[in-house]
Amino acid sequence: MKLYEYQSKALLRRAGLPVPASIHVEKVLEVESALSGSGINEGVVKAQAFTGGRGKAGGVKFFRTVGEARSITSEMIGMQLVTRQTGPGGVKINSVLLEEASEIEREYYVAILLDRAKVNPVIMVSPDGGMEIEEVAEKTPERILRMYPEIGKPLSENVKNEGAEFLGLQGSLKHQFGEIIQKLYNSYMQYDATLVEINPLALTKNKGLMILDCKFDIDDNAVFRQLETGGNPNAEKTKAEIEAASYGLNYISLDGNIGCMVNGAGLAMATMDSIKFYGGHPANFLDVGGSANEEAVAKAFSIIVSDPKVECILVNIFGGIMQCDTIANGIISAVKKSGLKLPLVVRLEGTNVEIGKKLIQDSGLNIISASDLDDGAKKAVSVISKSN
Amino acid sequence: MSILVDKNTKLITQGITGKAGLFHTMQCSDYGTNVVGGVNPKKAGTEIEGFPVFGSVKEAVDKTGANTSMIFVPAPVAAKAIIEAADAGVKLIVAITEGIPVRDMLNVHHYLKGTDSILIGPNCPGVTTADVAKVGIAPGFIHRKGKIGVVSRSGTLTYEAVYQTTRSGLGQTTAVGIGGDPVHGLNHIDVIRMFENDPETEGIILIGEIGGNDEEAAAEFIKSNVSKPVTAFIAGATAPKGKRMGHAGAIISGSGGTAESKIKALEQAGVFVAKTAADIGHIMCIALREKTGKCHCNKEEDCRY
Repeated sequence: MKLYEYQSKALLRRAGLPVPASIHVEKVLEVESALSGSGINEGVVKAQAFTGGRGKAGGVKFFRTVGEARSITSEMIGMQLVTRQTGPGGVKINSVLLEEASEIEREYYVAILLDRAKVNPVIMVSPDGGMEIEEVAEKTPERILRMYPEIGKPLSENVKNEGAEFLGLQGSLKHQFGEIIQKLYNSYMQYDATLVEINPLALTKNKGLMILDCKFDIDDNAVFRQLETGGNPNAEKTKAEIEAASYGLNYISLDGNIGCMVNGAGLAMATMDSIKFYGGHPANFLDVGGSANEEAVAKAFSIIVSDPKVECILVNIFGGIMQCDTIANGIISAVKKSGLKLPLVVRLEGTNVEIGKKLIQDSGLNIISASDLDDGAKKAVSVISKSN
Repeated sequence: MSILVDKNTKLITQGITGKAGLFHTMQCSDYGTNVVGGVNPKKAGTEIEGFPVFGSVKEAVDKTGANTSMIFVPAPVAAKAIIEAADAGVKLIVAITEGIPVRDMLNVHHYLKGTDSILIGPNCPGVTTADVAKVGIAPGFIHRKGKIGVVSRSGTLTYEAVYQTTRSGLGQTTAVGIGGDPVHGLNHIDVIRMFENDPETEGIILIGEIGGNDEEAAAEFIKSNVSKPVTAFIAGATAPKGKRMGHAGAIISGSGGTAESKIKALEQAGVFVAKTAADIGHIMCIALREKTGKCHCNKEEDCRY
């Protein structure tokens, strides 16, 4: 679950971290009343979106008067912001953050994330803030310092000092930096973050170090205990994805035309891979889970066919605990109920596979049977190329 | 021989009174695993389907000599259950539970370093030693005693590989599902080392997926430490970047963790990489033949280079 900048900054402010004064606004009409009495006379309007590269894409603009703030806000809310990370469609902007301007002297980079190989959080700092960290890592890897705090203990003085020295911070700034990474690390742990990225951490003219931008991702497995962060676990999901989740189905919409229904995440990915391998394009990832019942199978069907791009459906089930005859009955009743017209390729394997295959054969429905995963993918691809 | 579970396994289930916990405990017992009971503090002293229910793992271990535990308790309290099993001296802990927070697993991982317990999972199908014992949720009937060791991050792909080797007559020694979460117990290297040292295992199948760099590390290990033929399959070559494909661990972030980089590393280590999941068993036979000069499967006519 990702947090918007305004949500992240609210958390960080509460943790005592230095964040510029700002106000979150969802409607143009709110701009004037929000700014009056806020003490913010000039600053930036920042489009709220889960993407980097907002500045270059026109998602961050300066204002010097309330009028300017209002007109920029009115341009931004409702716009499709296209950045190098969003793809050509962009993302819709629903709100903005009005933030006090900072006079920046230097920009640093700080992030905390999980190093999977070391099974430990890693704190990364770099003097090259404001740039893309991937680029720094590639071109000047020596300008990134990685530090590994000891799990279950407070952050050590060593880590704080080493980080500050790497950035060349001294005296009161060194002390402030130590407090900042201490509090960031505490927030990372407290809120079950998988990523906290501050880019930039700015050295300002009058206010010391300030957090100007922040990315905050929360572990999807921990959302149940992190709802007070204000994050919305469905913020990035489509309507169909949210509906699927309510039935225990794991559905992700993609660009192709072959709808997939598979049990197990690994097999679902492998099915998409096979479709691509034989020249086709999957329309979705859909894992019905290990214990799907007839109702879930029927729901999976209705979600797949509600996607207008789908021209053919491939079902690939390895029935272990879930038996093939149960799956076959689910498919048959779903096809009958929905009056499905699209070609349907079914590969069943596992417990009671012979009964399942016979049920499908005897159903009188136009279902193409496949002997294994590759055969299923090939048949789905060829059905489409024939009809086009 | 085999690895991790065998006829000496004495299994308890933490969360035996839940629907899935009980169902799979019975399935394991039917497969031949020595199930000695389960744990639920609220139902201590009772019996369920003939299995005694204990108030704590410690009590279960003291009274039954249990050396293995299978965990089905819900995600928010699963990490506590793993630590309880380790504290009670359980040697092998197999966590089936899906959705355990990463922070909890970090604490578990750190805690287990100071113990003799081995963790498999979470979010995994468990371990099956063909025709001997099963700890987990894999369908028993797909396994046949044989010569291949299987290690996998994905449940249903484990079943694919196992069933393909059963049908081709190669069979398995042990199949191990290590789970799809970013922080887990045994990793590919740990299990591959066990297979390399197991005299009955003649070939190894490694199934990986996008995300992390477990497979790249395994490739590096195989290059200098493994004499047995290895076949691999990596799922997720076509997955879009930044999306979580079902498994929490299956997400590509930055430039690492792609199927391409994993396949390249494995091929450079001399591993035979199957192009599709349907081809894993077939490629395993080819890898075995490269090594031994003869075909080991019952489909020799299809088993061409």
